[in-house]
Amino acid sequence: MADKVLEVEHLEKYYQKKHVLFDINLSIQQGEVVTLLGPSGSGKSTLIRCLNGLEEYQKGTIIFEGKKIVPTEKNWQQIRQKIGMVFQSYDLFPNLTVIDNILLGPIKVQKQDKSAARVEAKKLLKSVDLEDYADVYPRELSGGQKQRVAIVRALALHPDFMLFDEVTASLDPEMVRGILNIIKGLANMDNMTMIVVTHEMNFAQEIADRVVFLENGHILEQTPAKQFFSKPKTDRAQAFLDSMDF
Amino acid sequence: MAHSGISVLLEGTNFTRLLGGLWVTVKIAAIALIVGIVLGIILGVLRTFKNRPLRLILRLYLEFFRIVPTVVLLFLFYYILPRQMNFNLPADQLATLVFALWVAAEMSDIVRGALISVPKHQRESGMAIGLNRYQLYRYVLIPQAISLEIPATINLATRVIKTTSLLMLISVMDVINIGQQIIEANNHSHPTGVFWVYGLIFLFYFLIDYPLSWWAKRLEKKRLERANG
Repeated sequence: MADKVLEVEHLEKYYQKKHVLFDINLSIQQGEVVTLLGPSGSGKSTLIRCLNGLEEYQKGTIIFEGKKIVPTEKNWQQIRQKIGMVFQSYDLFPNLTVIDNILLGPIKVQKQDKSAARVEAKKLLKSVDLEDYADVYPRELSGGQKQRVAIVRALALHPDFMLFDEVTASLDPEMVRGILNIIKGLANMDNMTMIVVTHEMNFAQEIADRVVFLENGHILEQTPAKQFFSKPKTDRAQAFLDSMDF
Repeated sequence: MAHSGISVLLEGTNFTRLLGGLWVTVKIAAIALIVGIVLGIILGVLRTFKNRPLRLILRLYLEFFRIVPTVVLLFLFYYILPRQMNFNLPADQLATLVFALWVAAEMSDIVRGALISVPKHQRESGMAIGLNRYQLYRYVLIPQAISLEIPATINLATRVIKTTSLLMLISVMDVINIGQQIIEANNHSHPTGVFWVYGLIFLFYFLIDYPLSWWAKRLEKKRLERANG
């Protein structure tokens, strides 16, 4: 059996009094692609934000690469270099050029050699067809281009594990395919372990090894993708799929 | 006419004395601004931290310097502190200190306002690539805050320069105090001297403040163009 990259045990999350995640148990193996599905407000984003410490959790444990995470800010800073995250709103730093956005982590956080990091960043940019955009500022890019840079920025840190939080949700439809192909390439060619939160059902079906279905902060089912899309275990998931119209 | 009032400006060393006074004014304003802005940036960054007692103390500091009129601050430091606490400084250094503390207070609010208006997502995507708090401020938040805060900072500078006109009240030999002396000394020979001396002082202040305020306006316009373009 392959190594477990991440295990979540009995995780509970509250916003003040409001209970938003209930007894989350989840484990992900090396190279596995998990898509997190569920209606809006079900806690998908909150869950993956817990996984790299952007949200605090009140109970439970997260074990990353065999080690239990002690959730201090210092520890998270270390772990976040191993867990890349890409957001819905791309969030490139507008004060830095594309290449400097990408190099900030490798050079300042990881103290990588500057010229080697630059060469690699250029290579990564080329792999997403943006090699001519290294020295422009983010405001000159389209949404799809920004999102591709954001993915490269996360990859430049050599993460072992990637989190994608609705990365195509704010893009024009014609930009979506390009982004999805990049993620698919990562999954298939680079065998990257990842959790993908998405509303693109076709894409989820193409890429997922396993689907985790979440509603109101509860994991209702975890099902191999093939089975989930043909015959999910729960009626709720079936109703969700029927409503998605894809 | 033997005495058209304007000649008062050229009488003896009057003009160089006025320029000397202007230099005192500019020096006090400039040092106070430099010290105050640096201190204010530090305080402004600290005010965005989560630590409640620290934030409360800095807030009280700001409100004190904002609410108490500058004249009262000057008197407080000039007349009361020396007596009560045996704290003695020459008037011009004391004025620089008071102004620097005032600038720091106002600047802390400008910096804090700019930092918290940087979108929350910027902070998070910085954290997501493993930046620590210092790196987050240094490479992401402060550079973005600066373009928001420069126009307000320049406006603060023009206010500080104008407010130096209060310095004569604690006997600093600034341009207004010297002007006053010249007027009084030449009152008999140049009855309309007051008009010319203050006219020149007006011109001095205008020449310093107007370019600053023009620059602030221009930067703000550029920033808006960039933000909306």
